[in-house]
Amino acid sequence: MAKARLIGDRTSKVMVQAMERRATDVRGRVFQITLLTTLLISLFILGVLIVDVVVDSWGVLTGRPGGFLAGTMRSLSDDPKLGVHQALVGTFWIAVFVAVLAFPIGIGAAIWLEEYALKNRFTRFIELNIRNLAGVPSIVYGLLGLFLFVKSLGDLTGGKSIAAAGITLAILVLPIVIITAQEAIRAVPQGLKEGAYGVGATKWTMIRSQVLPYAAPGIFTGTLLSMSRGIGEAAPLLLVGAVTGRLGSNPSFFDLSAINAEAFMAMPVIIVEWVQNSGRDPGFAEAAAAAIVVLLVFVILMNAAAIFLRNHFEKKRG
Amino acid sequence: MEQAEPEASPRLGLDLDRAVQAAAPDAVGDAVFEVEDLNVYYGDFRAVQDASFTVYKHEITAMIGPSGCGKTTVLRCFNRMNDLIPTARVEGRLDFQKVPIYDPRVDPVEVRRRIGMVFQKPNPFPKSIYDNIAFGPRVTGMAKKKSDLDDIVERSLNRAALWDEVNDRMKDSALGLSGGQQQRLCIARAIAVDPDVLLMDEPCSALDPIATARIEDLMQEIKNDYTIVIVTHNMQQAARISNRTAFFTAQLDSTTDQRCGLLVEYDRTETIFSNPSDERTENYVTGRFG
Repeated sequence: MAKARLIGDRTSKVMVQAMERRATDVRGRVFQITLLTTLLISLFILGVLIVDVVVDSWGVLTGRPGGFLAGTMRSLSDDPKLGVHQALVGTFWIAVFVAVLAFPIGIGAAIWLEEYALKNRFTRFIELNIRNLAGVPSIVYGLLGLFLFVKSLGDLTGGKSIAAAGITLAILVLPIVIITAQEAIRAVPQGLKEGAYGVGATKWTMIRSQVLPYAAPGIFTGTLLSMSRGIGEAAPLLLVGAVTGRLGSNPSFFDLSAINAEAFMAMPVIIVEWVQNSGRDPGFAEAAAAAIVVLLVFVILMNAAAIFLRNHFEKKRG
Repeated sequence: MEQAEPEASPRLGLDLDRAVQAAAPDAVGDAVFEVEDLNVYYGDFRAVQDASFTVYKHEITAMIGPSGCGKTTVLRCFNRMNDLIPTARVEGRLDFQKVPIYDPRVDPVEVRRRIGMVFQKPNPFPKSIYDNIAFGPRVTGMAKKKSDLDDIVERSLNRAALWDEVNDRMKDSALGLSGGQQQRLCIARAIAVDPDVLLMDEPCSALDPIATARIEDLMQEIKNDYTIVIVTHNMQQAARISNRTAFFTAQLDSTTDQRCGLLVEYDRTETIFSNPSDERTENYVTGRFG
C-alpha cells in the first residue's frame, strides 16, 4: 500500500489499517432514521391536512375567489353572495388589538423581569405564574373576556364587540409574548452589557443600545408567532360573543366605528359556524374549507412578516 | 490629567522612573486607588478577605495568582462592575483619587466612565467599527458635533494602534476583525471616553503571542496617560510589563470551610519576582505552586 510504504514503520501500518476499516455505527444510523421518521410523520400529517382542505375548497377557490373574499354570511350555501368579508375584517382588527396591546405590554414586562427585577422569591413567583397563565385553556380567557370586557366594561368596549374580543385575545397571548421576549433578552451576551456599562452607559442606554437591538429578532419572531396562535382561537371568541347566524352589517376594513359595534365575526368562528351548518346544507362544508384556506393564508402572511422583520433586525445586529 | 513624562528612550525612561521610585517609593506616583481592608462577598461566600494596597498613577499594576484567588473580583470592584451581580457586596475602604467610590452618593455610571475596562474575551458590539468607538462618547455626551466624534474615533484607534488597519473600513462590522484586532478595538473603545484608569482582565488570554506582544507594547505606550491595572495568569507578562505586582492566593477559611481570596504580597514587580518576602509568593512565581 502506497501510503503505508511512505510512512514506513509498523506503527503507522497498524494505524492506516485501523483508519481504513470503516466501522458501521448501527445505533447511530438507527437514531438518525428514527429522527427523520418523526419529522416525516409531522410533515405528512400537515400535508394531508392542507391537501384535504384545498381539495374540499377547490370549487370555491377557483370558481369565485374574489366573490368569496368580498361576500358575507348567508343562510344558504349556494347563495352567490356567501363569503368571509365580515370575518376577515373581524380577525384583522383583532390582530391589530393583539399587536397594539400585547406586544408593548408583554415586551415591557419582559424587560422589567430580566433587567430590573430583583431575583428574589417574589419575582420567581411572578414568573412561575406567567408560565402557568400561558398554559391556561383559552376558554378560560373567554370567560374572563365575557365577564370583564363584555359585561363590566361594556360601556367602553361596546359589549360583544371586536374591541372586547381583541382585548381578550391580547390577554390570552400576553404570557406567551412575555416568555418569548424574556428568552430573547436573556440570550443577550453578558459581555455586551458589561462593555456598554464599561464606557459609562446608564442602564437605560445599555438596554436601548445593546439589549433591545440584539434581542429584537427573537422578540419579533416569538411575538408574531404567538399572535398567529391567538387569531386562530375560536373558543374565547364564541364566549365573547362573535355573532353566529346572520350579521346585519358588513363594514369595510377601515370602518373604525365597527370596532366597538355590538356585533362582529371572526375567521375561526365562521369556520365553526359553517361546519355546523353543513349538517343541514352540505354545501357549507366547501365554504368552511375555503375559509380555512383563507385563514391559513392570513397566518402565513403574518409569519412571513415575522421572518422578514427577523432578517431585517438580524442584518442590523451585524 | 498630568502631562506625560518627557519622552526619553523607553529603556532609559523606565530605569529613571524605577530609580526614583526605589529611593522614595511613594513620592513619585500619586495614589489612584487606596484599598484598605477590602472584603467582597457573593451572598454568604467571602471571595476576598481584608485586601489592602495602593495603586499608583501612571503605573501598570499587575494582579497575579491562581484561579479563584479573587483577583478579578478585586479588579471589578475598582469600577463597580460587581454591582451587576445582585448578590455581590463590598466592604472596606476603596478610594479612587480620595473619593470613596462605594459611597451611596457616588454615581457608578460616572465611576465607570472614568475607570475604563477591557475584558478577558474581546466583546466588540455587533455594530460597525466606527460605532463601537463612538458609542462611549455618544452615550456620555462628550461629542456634540460629528467632526468632534470623528476626531475622537480616529485618535482612539490611533492610540490603540489599530487605525492603519481599519481606517478604510470604518463602516464594516467589528465582528469581522481578528481576535487581536477586536481586543485592540475594545481598548480603543475604552480610551475613547478619556478615562483616568484602564482595568484589564486577562486581556491577552484569548490571543496569540504576536497579538499579545502588540497589546503589551500598547500598554507601555499608553501608561503615561493612564493608570493601568491588569489581571493576568501569565507571570512572564506581569514581569515584563508591570511596575508593581500584587500576588493573591486562595486560602481555606477555617470558620466557613470555604476558599477565600487573600492578598499575600504587594510590592514592586522586581521584588516580587526576585526577592519576595513571602514563601507562598516565591513558590508561585518560581512555578512550584498553582
